[in-house]
Amino acid sequence: MASPTPRIVVTGLGWVTPLGHDIETVWQRMMRGESGVSATTRFDASTFPTTFSAQVKDYDFRSCVKDPAIHEGVGHNTAYALGAAAQAWKLSGLEKLGNSFDRTRLGIYLGSGEGSLDFDNYVAANLAGFDDATQTIQGKAWARAATALMTPVREVEQEPNMPLSHLAMEFDAQGPAYNCLTACAASTQAIGEAMMILQRGDADVMLCGGAHSMIHPLGVTGFNRLTALSTRNSEPTKASRPFSADRGGFVLGEGAGMIVIESLDHAQKRGAHIFAEIAGYGSSADAYRITDMHPEGRGPMASMRQAVRNAGLSIEDIDYIAAHGTGTHENDSTETRAIKNLFGDHAKKLAVSSVKSMFGHLIAAAGAVQLIACCLAMRDQTAPPTINLDNPDPECDLDYIPHKPRKMTINACLSNSFGFGGQNDSLALRRWNT
Amino acid sequence: MSKRVVITGLGTVTGLGVGIDALWGGLLEQRRAVSPIRAFDAGGFACSLGCELPEDFKVSQFVPKTYRKATKVMARDTEIAVASADLAARDAGLFTRGNAGEGQAVTYAPERVGAHIGAGLIAAELNELTSALVNAKGDDGKFDYHKWGREGMGHLTPLWLLKYLPNMLACHVTIVHDAQGPSNTITCNEPSGLLSIGESLRVIQRGQADMCFCGGADSKMNPMGFLREVYSGRLTTTMNDNPSQAVRPFDAQASGAVPGEGGGIVTLESEETAKARNASVYACVLGFGASQTVNPGKRNLFPDEHGRGMVSAMSAALREATISHDAIDLIVAFGCGHPDYDKAEHAALCSIFSDRLAAIPVVAVRPFIGNCGAGGSAIDLCVAAKAIKEQTFPPSINRDHPLPGMLGNAPARQSDIRHVLVCTTGLGGQNAALVLGRA
Repeated sequence: MASPTPRIVVTGLGWVTPLGHDIETVWQRMMRGESGVSATTRFDASTFPTTFSAQVKDYDFRSCVKDPAIHEGVGHNTAYALGAAAQAWKLSGLEKLGNSFDRTRLGIYLGSGEGSLDFDNYVAANLAGFDDATQTIQGKAWARAATALMTPVREVEQEPNMPLSHLAMEFDAQGPAYNCLTACAASTQAIGEAMMILQRGDADVMLCGGAHSMIHPLGVTGFNRLTALSTRNSEPTKASRPFSADRGGFVLGEGAGMIVIESLDHAQKRGAHIFAEIAGYGSSADAYRITDMHPEGRGPMASMRQAVRNAGLSIEDIDYIAAHGTGTHENDSTETRAIKNLFGDHAKKLAVSSVKSMFGHLIAAAGAVQLIACCLAMRDQTAPPTINLDNPDPECDLDYIPHKPRKMTINACLSNSFGFGGQNDSLALRRWNT
Repeated sequence: MSKRVVITGLGTVTGLGVGIDALWGGLLEQRRAVSPIRAFDAGGFACSLGCELPEDFKVSQFVPKTYRKATKVMARDTEIAVASADLAARDAGLFTRGNAGEGQAVTYAPERVGAHIGAGLIAAELNELTSALVNAKGDDGKFDYHKWGREGMGHLTPLWLLKYLPNMLACHVTIVHDAQGPSNTITCNEPSGLLSIGESLRVIQRGQADMCFCGGADSKMNPMGFLREVYSGRLTTTMNDNPSQAVRPFDAQASGAVPGEGGGIVTLESEETAKARNASVYACVLGFGASQTVNPGKRNLFPDEHGRGMVSAMSAALREATISHDAIDLIVAFGCGHPDYDKAEHAALCSIFSDRLAAIPVVAVRPFIGNCGAGGSAIDLCVAAKAIKEQTFPPSINRDHPLPGMLGNAPARQSDIRHVLVCTTGLGGQNAALVLGRA
């Protein structure tokens, strides 16, 4: 007989977000329904279709790491990852184990995005190497300009596995190590796969989550060209309006969310504080179109169904759903339809909210900060609100916890992330009663 | 009990040609795809060598007519993945939405098919991007943000960004083949392909899919991708005049790597369902391991000299396979041809195999097809699967002065091959290893 599948619990949390850089401050601001959105200052976006974003403010990773020198020149993604992981690590109490903790049993699974593009130098090299007559790049001229302007460190640090590599150095993590980049679903997927690694017994502890920043000129350009971003330039704090009839796209955010997870047995033996149980994980693909979600929400339904089933729960057990809730017309109506299709009558009884209304959309890191919000919501038995939900949309007719947080019983919840291109992931969490 | 998993199809697109037979045939004949780069003038870099796909490679030959329009939003990396997946499906004798004829039933229910495909940092096509950027030149000839915001960016096609998201490799494959099961995109540089195959293995073992398309694809044959390879500090700069000898894995005179482009995708199936459809099997996947190198002195851009991380990945794979190293008859190694990487890998192999290493062929495909980034380790696995099926050692070349305790140059030859170990590492320090057994 196979031994029963180990239960997996969260023992550390950390985030770096547009609302702040420590767990409690950010959570309190969320409880007040604050917005982290404001005019973009990272670069001059004043003539862009979208002039605002949800930036991380007043943050420096150097105070969070043992030796800043080995992390010099990292991208924003890695900088945020280091800060979030340091918080999670500290809360987990693992440092107290000292040398008795075999670091080949410490793994990392991240869903991180690429590092910060060296935009000005990249553009200057491209313009210098471009021949107007033929409308093509001339290799030698480009190479000359590119090697004079761009530096090895900044280029190498754009590789999407650099946050992973830097966390491994910081925490001497030598176990299984992965980075996945399934667009907006990445960090939810990372946490789900990390859970699977622990259940297989391939590691004792996993550090997992995600980090990303696409707040750079080409990131904003790309999303503006897709008409995916809100252009409510006159009212940035009102721009992220998930489930509202007058929503006009998402708000680009940035940051990181990291958690420490381990088997219940491992956590209890070392007397760790347990925030919540990660009970189930589901992953699916729409296999529909690159540009659109399947209209019936086929993929999201499959990932939510698998997560609930994998957790050994029934759909009536779910009290709260942390929605993907991006604030685009398509996502919010499709996600609503998927929830209604899967949950039937129970859809009207559970509560749903989108923390993206406050943070903006952290892209690859979105799922991790959402999951942390779920852990805190279960701890405090209070669900975070969907702010800016001023004009209910007849297509979005669930209880989205508008404007203010809600005291409620949350014994089990789901967190959803759906990526551009159709990869979907859901996690099911159970409350931990101490 | 977790399910047994087998390989039933191989799809490769490399400098040696399209399809596993082209690759295998090229290896046996010791043909090298290494040559001066054609795609752009690389004469401004200290290394000007690469490994490019045959010029007649066209993705449109690998998608159904109804999906040809979508090829316009595919980056080269995605084209390679889509072609490799199509080849892998056909090689496995599978029918999917992508290749089934009218009225022909698909082999697997869509929700039982997964896709795990590794990708690199996809470089934007510079001619396309710069044609838009020039519209934002200010009076001083420099880039003007205001002009870009107002008018410049409008010159980029609306779907521009979607071309460059790394998950598009897997997403296009899921759409073409109607694969609605678990799907993931691993982005860990060179190990991405093998790590992705490990992810599919786990998904099938735990019963969440019966079949997966898995592997990776990448292209460094563009100026920006190539610059990043140059900046990784791993390329040879002394062999521009001698392409066929340029990449020398595990040779005392190794001087560095040569980048390439290519992809490898395998169809991985649960043994149970593969048997039920009488599929022809290349090999069984018996064990897998993953680990991380920690080498702060080199910021994980190069492995530590003992190859500690590689040792633990290989040990984990052997442990799961429940075999000792004595049962391994062939090793398909990373062998990128950079002395620091090779020495670390050599040390790791010595630590696992000790004296026995002198009796086992350690094959590396990078002298033939270059370092194909996220696709490379999946191509390695395809070669390993073909070798065990054919019971033939691929050749070892450019190893006139082998590192101590290792075999040197050898032509291909028939031999009894019970198990093959595939191992890989890469920029950033992730490691993966996999053990194959006979069908």
